[in-house]
Order: sequence, then structure tokens, then C-alpha cells
Amino acid sequence: MSRELVQRIGFGFLTLVTALVVLPIMLVVGYIVVQGAPAISWEFLSQMPRGGMREGGIWPAIVGTLWLTAGTAVFAVPLGVAMAVYLAEYASDNTFTRLVRLSIINLAGIPSVVYGLFGLGLFVLFLRFGSSILAGALTLSIMTLPVIISTSEEALRVVPQAFRTVSVSLGGTKWQTISRIILPQALPGILTGIILGLERAAGETAPILFTVAAFFLPRLPQSVFDQTMALPYHLFVISTQVPGMPIKIQYGTALVLLVFVLSMNLLAAGLRSYYRRRRQW
Amino acid sequence: MSQAKRKIYIGQVIAEGLIRASGFSAIAFVLLIFAFLAREGVPAFWEVRPDVLLGARWYPTEGHFGLWPLILGSILVTLGAAVLAMPTGLLTAVFIAEVAPRWLREIVKPMIEVVAGIPSVVLGFLGMLMLSPLVRQVFNAPTGLTAFTGSLVLAYMALPTIISVAEDALDSVPRSYRDAALALGATKWQTIWRVTVPAARSGILTAMMLGIGRAIGETMAVMMVTGNAARIPLTLDSLMRPVRTMTATVAAEMGEVAQGSTHFHVLFAVGIVLFVITLLVNVLASLAIFRQTRRSERLLS
Repeated sequence: MSRELVQRIGFGFLTLVTALVVLPIMLVVGYIVVQGAPAISWEFLSQMPRGGMREGGIWPAIVGTLWLTAGTAVFAVPLGVAMAVYLAEYASDNTFTRLVRLSIINLAGIPSVVYGLFGLGLFVLFLRFGSSILAGALTLSIMTLPVIISTSEEALRVVPQAFRTVSVSLGGTKWQTISRIILPQALPGILTGIILGLERAAGETAPILFTVAAFFLPRLPQSVFDQTMALPYHLFVISTQVPGMPIKIQYGTALVLLVFVLSMNLLAAGLRSYYRRRRQW
Repeated sequence: MSQAKRKIYIGQVIAEGLIRASGFSAIAFVLLIFAFLAREGVPAFWEVRPDVLLGARWYPTEGHFGLWPLILGSILVTLGAAVLAMPTGLLTAVFIAEVAPRWLREIVKPMIEVVAGIPSVVLGFLGMLMLSPLVRQVFNAPTGLTAFTGSLVLAYMALPTIISVAEDALDSVPRSYRDAALALGATKWQTIWRVTVPAARSGILTAMMLGIGRAIGETMAVMMVTGNAARIPLTLDSLMRPVRTMTATVAAEMGEVAQGSTHFHVLFAVGIVLFVITLLVNVLASLAIFRQTRRSERLLS
């Protein structure tokens, strides 16, 4: 068999494997859209669940997920960006920095359910926040940090060194250089990272299982010390714990969650490509 | 110093101090997580006799806290996922990095990012409704909720990690390596497997480790498709039977146990086991990362 033939067969095989990886994505998303679309109505989106969740809407779960995502942003964004600035601009290459990086890699690898246990142990029980939005958002924040840090650090690092040199040569201090030159230049990349991090937080179930999620709570949370329903947990509940659940509502809930999460994904991707094209350097 | 200048100066000192402190917080969080797992989990080791913890039966309501079925369940499902995802991920990464034309790459890469974005509960939901009936029919099994179904879903969830890290590693192999191989008369295919992939092997190894780490820790999807029967999966047909992983056990049972009970402490102990396993996997993966940067530095200097 000639080398060219081997190559042609080989490339064909690679194409096939990639198709096998990519096609199910379309199948998954398409199937949920087709099955879930009939369930979507204004009533479904805006009303409380009724009749043991088998009727009515998913409004409290949507609101709960919004609360949790916003709460996660409040804690994770400032801390994550500060850590990224530290790693990109201040950290020198020494053992301590390597330890910090190793910690971040580990935070990224810790299973989501272990975050749930940690949140239960620290926030719910030890700090006595109880099962609450505060405890859930704090737990999700720590889980989200690695995503925000790594994307933001990358965004800071691609700002050309010349920008720093010029700013300092004009008499700017290090902090002025960072806050007025580097951060604004890196902002689009940092925003992308923040959105990707929050996307992950919005879709997670295991970390909120024991820290905030309510099985059935047909009212909206009044403060951060309330429990709340949340979309991912709600989907888990209605697809495994409630017998006789209409399949339409299950797919409808899955579709709402998927749209919520994937629109964040699209926003991040769009932001990234828009600013990459507009960037002057 | 004028008043205004002093204000700027103080603000600056505070801001820089906070930023430096944030560096410590990453280490602090890892320690904090371990401390609170230990606080609730370590009591399990004196409340339950070691021979019970190492027993073969997980039946908490009757005081049987044998961890083996859970540990082996996790290992079985993860191994299955690794066998499926590692070759698939590598081949896809090679296709994206080396073979696909630019326009195709711009389509395939975002689609794989979409998989990474799909919540695990949604994949579990679909796995339950679409995949498990299929598995039951194809293998003529009594149930479709099996270890194998779990492996399939997990493999799919590990793919985005494996593909993107491996593709990065392939991308960072210097252009000149490929040019040299091609100039010596190698075909593109030969160049890929004899030059590019070997040159990127440490990054590819990292990709595999991170993918496996992701698979071990996955919770919701696994819980929804594996059937959750706590039995020791050692025989060959175990793949086609329900299993129960460590993550699924914690997620399923923590909501129902009394706080401070032995069962509660044992579930935290399971969390410690998971924490330690993923810690080891990630440290190994990052060692591979460091090895690669060092080698590239040496080559450049």
C-alpha cells in the first residue's frame, strides 16, 4: 500500500471520528429544542409550579438560578480578576507562585459534589448560613474561580509588553499602568472568562444540592438567606424523583436551562471574536 | 506630597495589598476545603471499624459502610470512559490541529466548546431517556442503566477537555519540526505520528489526565444513568449491570441523612477519598505541564 493511500485512508478515518464527536452535539441540542419547544409558553415561564409540579410553570426555578448566578458573580468576579492580575503582573517565578498555580489547578479539578460537601460543612453548618442563596453562591463562587482566573490571566498576558514600558516611562506607577492601561485593554478577554465561569455556575447541580436547592418551593426568594429552587436541580427532580411527570414539562425545563446556558456561551464567543477583530495590536 | 497625591498613593498600596493577598487565597481555599472535609469526615474513621469500611457491602441503614463497591464502581465507569474518550479525543485533536482546513476548524472548535457548556444534568437527562433504551436494546440487557451507559456519557463529557488541551499541545509544536519532516520526504500522515504527536506527548498526557480527572468527579449525569446498585463490579458482565459511584452515592444520600450521624460522617469520608484522588491526578497532570515548559525553554535558549 502506497504512503499516499495510507495517508488518504488515515485522514478519512480522522474525519469520521471527528464527525462522530460533533454530530451527537447537534443531535442533543436539536432533540431538546424539538421536544421542548411545545412546552414553552408564557405561562410555563412565568408561573409557579402546581399540582405536584406536574402543571404550571418554572418561574421560581428561573428566578433562583438568576439569583445564584448573580450571587456567584458578586463573589467570584472581584476575587478571580484580582488573582489573575496577581499572577500576570505581580507574581515572580518562585515556589510560592508555583504553589498558587497548583492550587488553582486543583480547585479546577475538585469534583463538583465535593464542593457541595465543603459548602455544607463550611457555609451551611459552621458559619450557620443555613441552606441559603448565600451559602450556594459562595460555594459556586469558589468552584468558578479557576475558570475566571485562567481566562483573565491569559487576557492580561496578551496585552503587549510595549504598553507597560511606555506607561512606566511616562512616569506611571505600576498600579496606574495596570488599572488604566492593562485592565481596560484586557477587559473583553476578562469578560469572556467571567461569562464562561458564570455559565458553569448556572448549570451546576451537585454544589447546590446541599447548600441551597429546594425540592419544591412555590414562592420567590425574599433575601439571600432564603432557600430557592434552581433550574438544574429542578430538572433533576422532575426527571428522577417525581413519578408521572409529563415528559413535555421535562423537555421544556431542559430547553430553558440549555438556552440559558448556551446563550451565555454564545455571548462569550461573540464578544471574543468581535474584540479580536477590532483590536489594533 | 500633596493631599491628592497621598490619597492616590494610599489607594494604590491598598489595591496592591489586596491583589497580593488574593494570591494566597487560592492556597487557602484548597486548605479550607480539605479542612472542612476532614472536620466532618475523619470521625467516620473511628466511628466505623476499618474492616467494615473496607467491607464489600454498602448498606448504610444496617450499618454496612463498605466503600469497595463505590470505589470499584467509580474506577470501572471511569476506566470505561477513558478507554472510549482517550483515542477519540486524540484523533479529533489531531484532525483539528493538523488536518482540518481553517474554515472547518472554525466550525468544529466552537461546537466542542458547546459540549463543555452543556450542564451535566441535561446530559444525564438525555442519557436516561435516549441512550439507556438504546443500550438495553443493542445489548439485550435487563436494564439500560448500566456502568457502560455511564462510561459513554462520561466519555462524552471528558472529550472537550481532552480535545482542547491536546490540540493546544499539538499547536505549540514548532512549525519547523513539521517542515523538517516534510522536507525529508515524509508524508503529512507520517509527520503527524512520528514527529508532531511525539513532540507534543507530554501535553497530550496532561490532556488525558485532566480528562480522567473530570470523569472521576462527574456526579449528576453518572447518578442518572448508572442505575446506582451498590455491588462489587469485578466480573466481566459488570459493565452491563448497574453500578454505584462514589460521587453518586454522596449526591443521592447526603440529602436524607441526619446531620452528625455515622452515615453523614462516612459520606464526608467518601468526599475525602474523592478529594485525594483528584488531587493526585491533577498534581500528576500538572507535573507533565511543567516538564513540557521546561523542555521548550531549553530548546529556545
